[in-house]
Amino acid sequence: MTDHIITFDKVNKWYGNDFHVLRDIHLQVRRGERIVICGPSGSGKSTLIRCINRLEEHQEGHIVVDGTELTDDIKAIEKIRREVGMVFQQFNLFPHLTVLENLTLAPTWVGKMPKREAEERAMQQLKRVRIAEQAQKYPLQLSGGQQQRVAIARALCLTPKIMLFDEPTSALDPEMIKEVLDVMIELAGQGITMLCVTHEMGFAKAVADRVIFMDQGQIVEQNTPHEFFDNPKSERTRDFLSKILGH
Amino acid sequence: MSATFDPIAPRPAPVKTEGVVPWLRRNLFSNWKNTLTTLVALGVLAYLLPGLSDWLLFKAVFQRDAEVCQAARGTGACWGVVAEKYRLIIFGRYPLEEQWRPEVATILLVGLLAVSCVRAFWKRWLIAVWAVVVPLFFVLMYGGVAGLPVVETDRWGGLPLTIMLASFSIILAFPLSVLVALGRRSNLPAIRTVCVVYVELIRGVPLISVLFMASFMFPLFMPQGLTIDVLLRVLAGITLFAAAYMAEIVRGGLQAIPKGQVEAAQSLGLTYWQTQRKIVLPQALAMVVPGIMNNFISIFKDTSLVTIVSLYELTGSLGIALNSDADWRPFKIEGYLFITAIYFAFCFAMSRYSLWVEKQLNKSKRR
Repeated sequence: MTDHIITFDKVNKWYGNDFHVLRDIHLQVRRGERIVICGPSGSGKSTLIRCINRLEEHQEGHIVVDGTELTDDIKAIEKIRREVGMVFQQFNLFPHLTVLENLTLAPTWVGKMPKREAEERAMQQLKRVRIAEQAQKYPLQLSGGQQQRVAIARALCLTPKIMLFDEPTSALDPEMIKEVLDVMIELAGQGITMLCVTHEMGFAKAVADRVIFMDQGQIVEQNTPHEFFDNPKSERTRDFLSKILGH
Repeated sequence: MSATFDPIAPRPAPVKTEGVVPWLRRNLFSNWKNTLTTLVALGVLAYLLPGLSDWLLFKAVFQRDAEVCQAARGTGACWGVVAEKYRLIIFGRYPLEEQWRPEVATILLVGLLAVSCVRAFWKRWLIAVWAVVVPLFFVLMYGGVAGLPVVETDRWGGLPLTIMLASFSIILAFPLSVLVALGRRSNLPAIRTVCVVYVELIRGVPLISVLFMASFMFPLFMPQGLTIDVLLRVLAGITLFAAAYMAEIVRGGLQAIPKGQVEAAQSLGLTYWQTQRKIVLPQALAMVVPGIMNNFISIFKDTSLVTIVSLYELTGSLGIALNSDADWRPFKIEGYLFITAIYFAFCFAMSRYSLWVEKQLNKSKRR
């Protein structure tokens, strides 16, 4: 069973007492699989991927990431977080640090890497996202698209096994979405496990192995992009697709 | 057919915007209301300045002669009182023949404080220097070694005492306030409650009553035979008091940090303390520099309250210096102006330093 890098087993989560945000989630992700998660807002898709690195706690069920179950054990959580990179909608770069310092922070403090080595590795990652010339600038001096590419490079600096993307292009101007998607598509070709919450259906068609549709805290439907877009099974999925593809 | 894009060449602004005259026009005479205000202000200055400068300088008495001073009363200031009493004002009741000791100790301490303010000196050796200078300060002040006669802490006074109380309580209160601010936001209810109770309790009472408790009540609870020096108790009192206020300032900064910053740090595997130290505190403290410096300055001046428990710092020793001498007692105003100048010099330096710190910290926000 080692080919499943992430397993959700009957996971339930509530916000407060009344809002049942994740309902009986079963999900198995193969090593190297690229998954796109879509659904209307409030459907629990962000919460789902934020449970994987324990930014959110689940209350029932089991989540196992790369052989380690997520519990209150802070050491286990920190181990998993080192293996899981995350990219946020709002970039969340550290504004008081330069781009380069943003990238070397975790390798030097978490990975205990010597500073020189961390900087070399950071520059490689910055080249990979085509932004090496901005290394000495501060994040707020960059455009949104550039910031998001820095955020991707930062997440890659610990060489994670899994990358989580939480609506990475939703806060960007239309002109900048493509430069971020190009980087993500390139990354998808390199065998890393990816879970991506996005409404970029073109991206889903181009790289996803599987598309998951969520509504009201449940996984309504999951399928290959081809089947999902051309032949959606449930009424709810058809309705959603007609809205986001309609224009 | 396609239109070509011809950018418009830059031109200088039509009206001069730099230099003295434009500055005057913009800031003092920009409309009839401002012009009126400027003229009124100039009129008031013209009315007050001659008398003030006469009193302060031209008709003032600089001799150490009480009778000449007495004769000039009402027309000129008597700076002779400062010349006559400055040792007593600055060093309080510290024995006269030993006053080189607080002098050297204070110069060392102030020098080290100044050096510590400069970023270029933030190296490991600076900690070592502190570890030497702080004990040296107390050895010089207290004596009892190397043939220096012992001077009990109740004889310490004047500016050395002010500087010592202010700098040590600031240095101790600042880290404490950060811990308390973090504690108030902790997930652990016990820690949170302790911090809330501490802050609310201390904020609810005036500093004077804290000093009273430290000085008179605290010894009653101590086991017999064990005494802690009054100076240390007072220092602890000021520190605890200042930290409670500062903790709330720091907490304000902590609350302004977006949740996403912590989440990003967590997602990179940083521990709680690493996140606080590298991500949250640098940003939070940078935001509250003006408030923190405000607090530092007020601690510096609040040390004057320790007179109430018979420790005669700068303000207190001025009282001793003048009240004990009937000849010079009438010239209190001049004495107060003298220590006002001293207080102002220190507070102004602190406020300038805080502006410099802000400028340094804002580098990352510059576009």
